[in-house]
Amino acid sequence: MISILHRKTGTLPPRRLCIQVLRHNPADPASVPHLQPYEIEEAEGMTLFIALNEIRAAQDPSVQFDFVCRAGICGSCAMLIDGRPGLACRTLTRDLGTTITLAPLPFFELIGDLSVNTGKWMRGTAERLQTWIHDATPVAIDTLETPMDPDLAEAIYELDRCIECGCCIAGCGTAQMREDFVGAIGLNKIARFRLDPRDQRSDDDFYELIGDDDGVFGCMSLLGCHDVCPKQLPLQTQIAYLRRKMAVIGFSS
Amino acid sequence: MALIDNNGSHELLDADASGQLVIHAPTTTPARQPRRKSRWPARLDMLQSASGLFLAVFLMAHMFFVSTILISHDAFYTVARFFEGAYFLGKPQPLLVSGVVIVILVIFITHAWLAMRKFPAGYRQYRAFMQHKNSLRHSDTSLWWLQIWTGFALFFMATIHLYDMLMQPALIGPYESADRVWTGNMWPLYLLLLLAAELHASIGLYRLAIKWGWFAAKQPNRYRRRLRWAKHAISAFYITLGLVTLAAYVDLGRAHADRAGERYVPTQQSAPQHPGKH
Repeated sequence: MISILHRKTGTLPPRRLCIQVLRHNPADPASVPHLQPYEIEEAEGMTLFIALNEIRAAQDPSVQFDFVCRAGICGSCAMLIDGRPGLACRTLTRDLGTTITLAPLPFFELIGDLSVNTGKWMRGTAERLQTWIHDATPVAIDTLETPMDPDLAEAIYELDRCIECGCCIAGCGTAQMREDFVGAIGLNKIARFRLDPRDQRSDDDFYELIGDDDGVFGCMSLLGCHDVCPKQLPLQTQIAYLRRKMAVIGFSS
Repeated sequence: MALIDNNGSHELLDADASGQLVIHAPTTTPARQPRRKSRWPARLDMLQSASGLFLAVFLMAHMFFVSTILISHDAFYTVARFFEGAYFLGKPQPLLVSGVVIVILVIFITHAWLAMRKFPAGYRQYRAFMQHKNSLRHSDTSLWWLQIWTGFALFFMATIHLYDMLMQPALIGPYESADRVWTGNMWPLYLLLLLAAELHASIGLYRLAIKWGWFAAKQPNRYRRRLRWAKHAISAFYITLGLVTLAAYVDLGRAHADRAGERYVPTQQSAPQHPGKH
């Protein structure tokens, strides 16, 4: 009936994959970073997340990596896949060669092997950029909220899709050189709160947060962030937009 | 009821004058603001972009003027005298060219100084970027590396050319320029300068459009493909035009080598069409 359901599988023997994992335990002074190869047989529709779990279950229970949702929503399993940042659960092994090299995301604190502490950095960024709604008016809890235009809600939601996986920071040339750079994730959050009518901060207030070379003016538009973002967020347009707005503040007074 | 409050207060639930319960939401900014952030990063960023844009546009116009040698010797002679104000002031004033060169030089140095801030500072940053670039294999990231090296090369090469033009503004003409290129041994410099300047300018223009979101379309990736296509087209066009023009000067310079130093005299002056008028 439907040809794709009757597609002949198994005409070719499944590939043998060699997955090289960069192993290192920073808590152990004797640990030396090294690539450890694991051989597994590829399965239909296998993702790196499945492959890693298979390795951990059948070959080496000591391999450390993070995952929660296995569906590209939690942002835990970001790692360097053949040198490029990506989510293990969203990467199909069939799109890669037979030798796959996995390394932890750079920039973030290493917990062990492929596991990095993105949460610590994300928390610090959220506090530094005050990424919450700032509203000085007293909230009356028994009155109805002001309705929001659906298009605006949609636009805010679009930017709120960020899962804080850290791929954009790992893909950012500026961040590799200058650790204090806020990166696309910080700028995207500012763009999100700037859109939100409930947030009463003005562009002057945002300038205090990102109006320097560690903020929006540090961005060199290399677009690594935009191109590796697993959620396809429009990071380039958001950063360009913020840059224009912040540049106006620079000439305001 | 332990909600967060910027003031660190635990009395989050309060009654206002009417007796209604209110929650103190986090306030806009902390009460004491230490110091306002400097406006200079914004201005310098704008200035870097604006100076780069100016230099790129100048470079394109410059290439068109120089390449008039491909039309005829007289065409180039006319353009050269035009910029010396010969058609407004009655006679050529090469000092005008020096004046333009000084303006370009100031903008060029400003741009170099501003762009230098983005260079990797020190070996640690250099290594971090190299490692990142090689592992990411991402075209826009690699292009920036090219941008740094062409920019670095321009510090020196463009300065030599600008100084030359500043000091000898009168020696711009078909024979004068061709002699400089060939007999004056400037062609290797001009060849490298051409490649560095055109690559740097077209990558820079592409980056400017990305950076400030010019010509944005609904779909960012499609618009970027278009921009990249335009960048390649600009590079290819200007490098080709530049190479052909340089070849024309080399050719003319070689033919004129034995009479190097001789000034060009336009055809209507050397061979008057109507001898009867004299």
